[in-house]
Amino acid sequence: MSDKTPVLEMRKVDKSFGPIDVLHEISLKVNEGEVLCLLGDNGAGKSTLIKTLSGVHQPTRGEMYMDGKPVSFSNPKNAQEMGIATVHQFGGTYPLMSIGRNFFAGAEPTKGFGPFKIFDRQKANSIAVEQVQRFGITRITDGDRLVGGLSGGERQSLAIARAVYFGARVLILDEPTAALGVKQAAHVLRIVNEAKRRGLAVIFITHQVMHAMAVGDHFAVLIRGAIAADFRKGDKTREEIADLMAGGESMADLEANIEGYMEAHDGQVPDPVH
Amino acid sequence: MADTQINQGAVKRSGGFSFLSLFRRPEAGAAAGFILIFLFFGYFGVEKNFLTALGTSTWLNFASKVGIIAIPIAFLMIAGELDISIGAIIPAGGIVMALSVETFGFNIWFGVLISFAVAAAIGWVNGMLVTRTRVPSLIVTLATLFVVAGLNAYISKQIAGTTQHSMPDAGVISEFLLGDYHSLVLGDGDNAFTIFRSLQSSFFIWIAVAIACFYILHISPWGNWILAMGGDQESAHNAGIPTKRLKIALFMLSAMAAALVGMTEAVLANTASTTTQFGMIFNTIICVVVGGVLLTGGFGSVAGVVFGTLTFGIVFQGINFTAFDKDLNMLFIGALLLVAVLMNDTFRNLATSASTTKKK
Repeated sequence: MSDKTPVLEMRKVDKSFGPIDVLHEISLKVNEGEVLCLLGDNGAGKSTLIKTLSGVHQPTRGEMYMDGKPVSFSNPKNAQEMGIATVHQFGGTYPLMSIGRNFFAGAEPTKGFGPFKIFDRQKANSIAVEQVQRFGITRITDGDRLVGGLSGGERQSLAIARAVYFGARVLILDEPTAALGVKQAAHVLRIVNEAKRRGLAVIFITHQVMHAMAVGDHFAVLIRGAIAADFRKGDKTREEIADLMAGGESMADLEANIEGYMEAHDGQVPDPVH
Repeated sequence: MADTQINQGAVKRSGGFSFLSLFRRPEAGAAAGFILIFLFFGYFGVEKNFLTALGTSTWLNFASKVGIIAIPIAFLMIAGELDISIGAIIPAGGIVMALSVETFGFNIWFGVLISFAVAAAIGWVNGMLVTRTRVPSLIVTLATLFVVAGLNAYISKQIAGTTQHSMPDAGVISEFLLGDYHSLVLGDGDNAFTIFRSLQSSFFIWIAVAIACFYILHISPWGNWILAMGGDQESAHNAGIPTKRLKIALFMLSAMAAALVGMTEAVLANTASTTTQFGMIFNTIICVVVGGVLLTGGFGSVAGVVFGTLTFGIVFQGINFTAFDKDLNMLFIGALLLVAVLMNDTFRNLATSASTTKKK
């Protein structure tokens, strides 16, 4: 696996906004058919990292490579054309439009003659339903249904199916399971697995360790804009990851506190608080 | 998981008809409302000729002028914007044409062209201001409403020395197309059968505008862009839809529709006035909302707005055919708007939950 050329790679990427450094020396890579889980608490720099990956921000320093060639994305559209698709929580779906219209928004299939283009509803609906069903959402059978009537998981699936259909090679999923119930989240995780099976490189951003463990091959923990840990599946237990993520900052503080206490109290360890 | 079965039978069925799918249509509520209102006034107005050809023309003529503007306004509202500058663009359309013909002696069709160009320019300014500054379109067009109203009066007086321009009769064809009364009676004598009587040209222009706009919103791919833009502007932009250019085009469309109404009025009355038509601002918005368009954008249909305009036309004019006190007119319109908004809300909830397949 490791000798493959990664589809997308970041080498020592820094991002700062004026005097504020948000990302420090981020190095990441993601291969075909692999899920990279980016874990991090709120404010760790996850969204800045996503925006840098998807072309919204440009790195201040460092390089990005696609298939081993250096790339830079001038805007989100540019990144999309290179095959990087970002799916936000409910992003890319319009609640009061039909499934077929949602699926093809901005790239409508047309038929007709000359200047009189006709939106091909039948074709849009049947392709949309077929693509979504291929991802295991068999409950969707009618492309005329409005997306607002679908569950959160189904809307996510629609957005992912759409990205894959339009030629995404790298799928960036921004907290896809955050607002979902257990069952719906499981649904989305199945879809992530399906995308992986189809050879996509998936970057899965989450703060739910359980969900990350279920689909991840490779994990990176982000703390205060830097990668605090980088390991492969099976290297760490769930508890260790949770400690890393949730504790990363507070554990260090706690240790410092304890040390300070010990110095002041002749090496006595403080009484455990219950 | 890997060998997911694709529900082919159900996929094919998506082209068929089902009762539930009716609820998904934005015009469902507006159509139902129209039928109710029509029956109501038909019953109470039958003795005062509400149902005769002439009676029908009364409210159709009124509705047509509102309707021509209401559809482009609906496009803007579906896209999440509003345009109230039309109140000043209507007289601007009339006086630009009247000035071209009367003062400068141009051919009337050249005057029509200039009038459209002026309106398009105002719409372009509206669109540029809204897309560049992100100031809400209500405020931007409120400002242009007064700017254009001021220019209407000032330029009229500077050029022609008056705010009332006479519009000379300008050829049979242009009168016929822009501002005349039309009747169609089949047979003669005792067998005469009236199809319609005294319908203004604007009614037929309205039909043409409605057909063209129906094509844009529901048949062409641009309609999908307008709906997507209103649904979620950022996603639409990310999906590669040129949201800014589209918005500017929509503002130009509504301004040109307003100018068109101003021109038909000028040709019909042989006079053009600079009076700002504040009433039309509210009338168009009422028609659009009664027609089932969501104020926050992303949902609506041309047929719905046409039904909404017809309903509004009946309520506005129909009271003259009944025994009710005419002072109650505004009350009726207010009640209509309230009922329509509440009904549309219900229909929209039905729309999102309406599913032709049983939940498994």
